[in-house]
Amino acid sequence: MTVEGNETRKEMILNMGPQHPATHGVLRLLLHLEGEVVKKTIPIIGYLHRGVEKLGENRTYLQNIVFTDRLDYTAAMCNNLSYALAVEKLCGIEVPERARVIRVIMAELQRIAAHLLWLGTYALDIGAMSVFFYCFREREKILDMFEMVSGQRLTPSYICIGGVRRDITDKFVELLKSFCDTFNDYIRDYENLLTKNPIWVERLRDVAVLSAEDAINWGTTGPVLRASGVKFDFRRATPYCGYENYEFDIPTGTKGDCYDRYLVRVEEMRQSNRILKQAMKDIPDGPIMADVPFVTLPPKEQVMSNIEALIKHFKIASGAFQIPKGEVYSSIENPKGELGFYIVSDGSARPYRMRIKSSCFVNLSALPFMTQGCLVADLIAALGSIDIVLGEVDR
Amino acid sequence: MNRQEIIDRIQEKASSLTMGTSQGIDCPEVVVDKQHLIEFMKFLKEDEALSFDLISDVTAVDYPARTPRFDVVYHIFSIKNGQRIRVRVPVGDGDGVESVTCVWRGAEWLEREVYDMFGVTFYNHPDLRRILMEEDFKYHPLRKDFPLEGIEE
Repeated sequence: MTVEGNETRKEMILNMGPQHPATHGVLRLLLHLEGEVVKKTIPIIGYLHRGVEKLGENRTYLQNIVFTDRLDYTAAMCNNLSYALAVEKLCGIEVPERARVIRVIMAELQRIAAHLLWLGTYALDIGAMSVFFYCFREREKILDMFEMVSGQRLTPSYICIGGVRRDITDKFVELLKSFCDTFNDYIRDYENLLTKNPIWVERLRDVAVLSAEDAINWGTTGPVLRASGVKFDFRRATPYCGYENYEFDIPTGTKGDCYDRYLVRVEEMRQSNRILKQAMKDIPDGPIMADVPFVTLPPKEQVMSNIEALIKHFKIASGAFQIPKGEVYSSIENPKGELGFYIVSDGSARPYRMRIKSSCFVNLSALPFMTQGCLVADLIAALGSIDIVLGEVDR
Repeated sequence: MNRQEIIDRIQEKASSLTMGTSQGIDCPEVVVDKQHLIEFMKFLKEDEALSFDLISDVTAVDYPARTPRFDVVYHIFSIKNGQRIRVRVPVGDGDGVESVTCVWRGAEWLEREVYDMFGVTFYNHPDLRRILMEEDFKYHPLRKDFPLEGIEE
């Protein structure tokens, strides 16, 4: 914006949030504006700080699973998985093959659900109302499947240390199959509504550009990093749960703007569906939990009918959990980027330190950089495009 | 480059900067004195073979019975090699370390969080303020002597 004549430039300070529909939670942005141009963005976070890391130090390893559900509540299964993998790495537990495949299925379903939620709400932010209904229709199917296996839609606590809590049923596989068969058509529907929609393209193209170099320097991960053209995915770089056996592409963008982030996420849904189809084809038989004394819980049916299993369950749950001393950092590719757990164990049933590395937190820290000099309306587009969940930012 | 080669490379090129190297369960581990931190971090990033370019995490661990009391722990990932490294810097109570924001910009908020939660200062940090707790909060909640139920003001 140029100012003519003797008028002086006036900077206005505006509070966006903490209660604002476009912040997707309780995020406060302090904006320094000059007219409609954003000179400076200062994100103020902590409104949802619950001290999960501190709580984690005071709860047992088994109890901590439920906290992970509540970090990024759109990706609870993936959070469970990341935590379980960290503890398993520390204990040296080998998870049975069947459980590994089930974990991949759940993680990919969750990735699709998280991206669908993002797409629906992001389109809503930009002003395209109808996409929301389509996205939530398919997301609902995934949540129904989660409810079927775990009894919960958003907070499943399904993936646990040593495997998964319950076995999947034939009915679940049937639902999964019909979902996978039809989902690519649904993605085409979303793309028909958005990808070449001139308003959509106008609003997103060249907004909040982050170059590959900057994206790495700011430590961003996930779709934000990939949209900037860096072909990097933890599923490929440090495979876990047997991801090395699945064929999938890593979509990347060219410019690193909001539009690329949209394209990358849509393509990721397609790739997740591809992984699901491969995983579903051959689910091996066998146990769903590793059998490690004083670490993994016995099956619930046995606990209800067998006195020894009941005693074992009681002992592990009440603090006889055995874990070696040591420390471990383990991270996975969450829908939003890297979710890492750094666990320091002193050999007791409670972690000495449980650090949660959240990709949302780091990606949000790059927001002021990428929105310098943009318009207020573009700031909404930029904020939505990095896909943050405040539950994970604040922890 | 595998985990052992990373350790070999560090010992070959920068052994004077480190206080010890070892293999952890998950990744190689290096202990660095706080005086050499920036020099060593720059080496990790700029060395062509290592190229640790993506900062994963900065955090701290509190050991109240030990002097120095804290370990500031950095996890850095190399996109090129697909490997992670853990760098540990012992820091005393009321002391601090140089900020690594001059090496990786992404460390800015991570360091602010460590400052907020543990009270470890980061020198030459562009914007060292509390991040999760309110500005006038007097304590550092992740220290082991801070009670879980909080302190009434």
